[in-house]
Amino acid sequence: MAEAVAASAAEDNLIEIRDLVFRRGERLIFDGLSMTVPRGQITALMGPSGCGKTTLLRIIGGQLKPEAGQVLLRGEDVTRASRGELLELRKDIGMLFQSSALFTDMSVYENVAFPLREHTDLPEEAIRDLVLMKLNAVGLRGARDLMPSQLSGGMARRVALARAIALDPCLLMYDEPFTGQDPISMGVVVSLIRRLNAALGATSLLVSHDIHETAGISDKIYILDGGKVVAGGQPAELPEHPSSRVRQFVTGTPDGPVPFHYPADQLAYDLLGDAPR
Amino acid sequence: MIDFVRSLGDRSLDRMASLGRATIMWATALWGLPKLSELPLLVRQIYNVGVLSLVIIILSAFSIGAVIALQFYTQLSRFGAEDAVGLGLALVLLRELGPVVTGLLFAGRAGSAVTAEIGLMKTTEQLSSMEMMGVDPLRRIVAPRLWAGIISMPLLTAMFNVVAIYGGMVVAVEWLGSDLGSFWSGMQDSVELWNDVGKGMVKSVIFAIVVTWIAVFQGYDTEPTPEGIGLATTRTVVMSSVMILALDFILTLSMYGEFK
Repeated sequence: MAEAVAASAAEDNLIEIRDLVFRRGERLIFDGLSMTVPRGQITALMGPSGCGKTTLLRIIGGQLKPEAGQVLLRGEDVTRASRGELLELRKDIGMLFQSSALFTDMSVYENVAFPLREHTDLPEEAIRDLVLMKLNAVGLRGARDLMPSQLSGGMARRVALARAIALDPCLLMYDEPFTGQDPISMGVVVSLIRRLNAALGATSLLVSHDIHETAGISDKIYILDGGKVVAGGQPAELPEHPSSRVRQFVTGTPDGPVPFHYPADQLAYDLLGDAPR
Repeated sequence: MIDFVRSLGDRSLDRMASLGRATIMWATALWGLPKLSELPLLVRQIYNVGVLSLVIIILSAFSIGAVIALQFYTQLSRFGAEDAVGLGLALVLLRELGPVVTGLLFAGRAGSAVTAEIGLMKTTEQLSSMEMMGVDPLRRIVAPRLWAGIISMPLLTAMFNVVAIYGGMVVAVEWLGSDLGSFWSGMQDSVELWNDVGKGMVKSVIFAIVVTWIAVFQGYDTEPTPEGIGLATTRTVVMSSVMILALDFILTLSMYGEFK
């Protein structure tokens, strides 16, 4: 009975992370982090800068190896996969990078066609149709002949999104998709993430600092701090969280458990020049 | 004292780890011999590192050939041996200067460009995104550049030698009035296909492997910042130049031996 419940839970979750430990040099980034990403939903990872959100995406994608722990993607442990197995596994993952990471020597069309050319034997006509459909989904069918240097930041993000969904992946990972976007571009990206997740029947994992946009589209939010998950739940639950640190993060209060001032002597000491050393 | 030993140990371990990463990268990329479908990638890189280096190779070769002929003629004519200019020029170029100068120019022109290009791709997360798409950047980005360098540099060396010999001929024969027949016949009589031309080409292939290896590794392993790319590019040129000069001495000793 217990095994059946565990199996059913595993089927409900696309990703399960168990007791993850990761160190960068001497610095401990994750200290026994555990979390799950439910299938078919949009899950957001939030937390202060440097808490390891992007690092976690890279560990899930197998680009970084943790010191200990398991990262199960569809039941397969990513941390134990060989280089060849990882390359195979990643065909089912679409990732949107913070910098968009478009190939600068290829046009918009060629960028979106790239994963299709690399991983399928489709004839050129089929590739063309697919590329145009993906570009149409992000509203940039008319920009197919432009080079990345001719795109605005928002357009580049949308092209990168079209490329990320080219192979209809089961997992979409977004690294700070709203950063540096004007309000219109941000609105477009927010609505695209929601629409594409539903249209593809995919699971989305979103890293962001923008609490309002993230709360508006996420089914579940995890807040990371100190190498662990300090809070997790539906967006509406977080402002009522018992931890004052979590509440400060969610409401964006400048001073609180996370102080506004970097630790220093009293201002008067510094101004009068007789600060105790 | 303990701190000094510790930092020495740290640096040595870093160097060893770096050498290990470079070897794994090199072996993985070389193993990925371009497939027929990837031939356009290779051709494009041969154009980038080879064809685009032609101008600097030809100009330098002509000038170096002319200068050597001038110096040889001046010295040899004192002993009435100006007919040996062609022979001396050919031997110096085929055995030493051709592979070495081409290697140095190649490192400065193509090696630095390869490092900067791969480094910038890393900084702008293009390599990471490729990896996340299930495409191996070692096969798609590194291997074609590595093979292009190994194919291009011996060809550039051959081109360098030919142009430099013609540059020398222009000075020695056309300008200083040395005998054209003696210029070519001295070369034909004494230059050996394997001992002079062949061994020079072997040197060139070895320099090509070393320079392209350093260039692609420095780009691939760069710190993803503007300073990191600058440092990696400089390191490519400096390390390649030092390695070429050091290896040339070792290769000359082992190939031509018996100097005493």
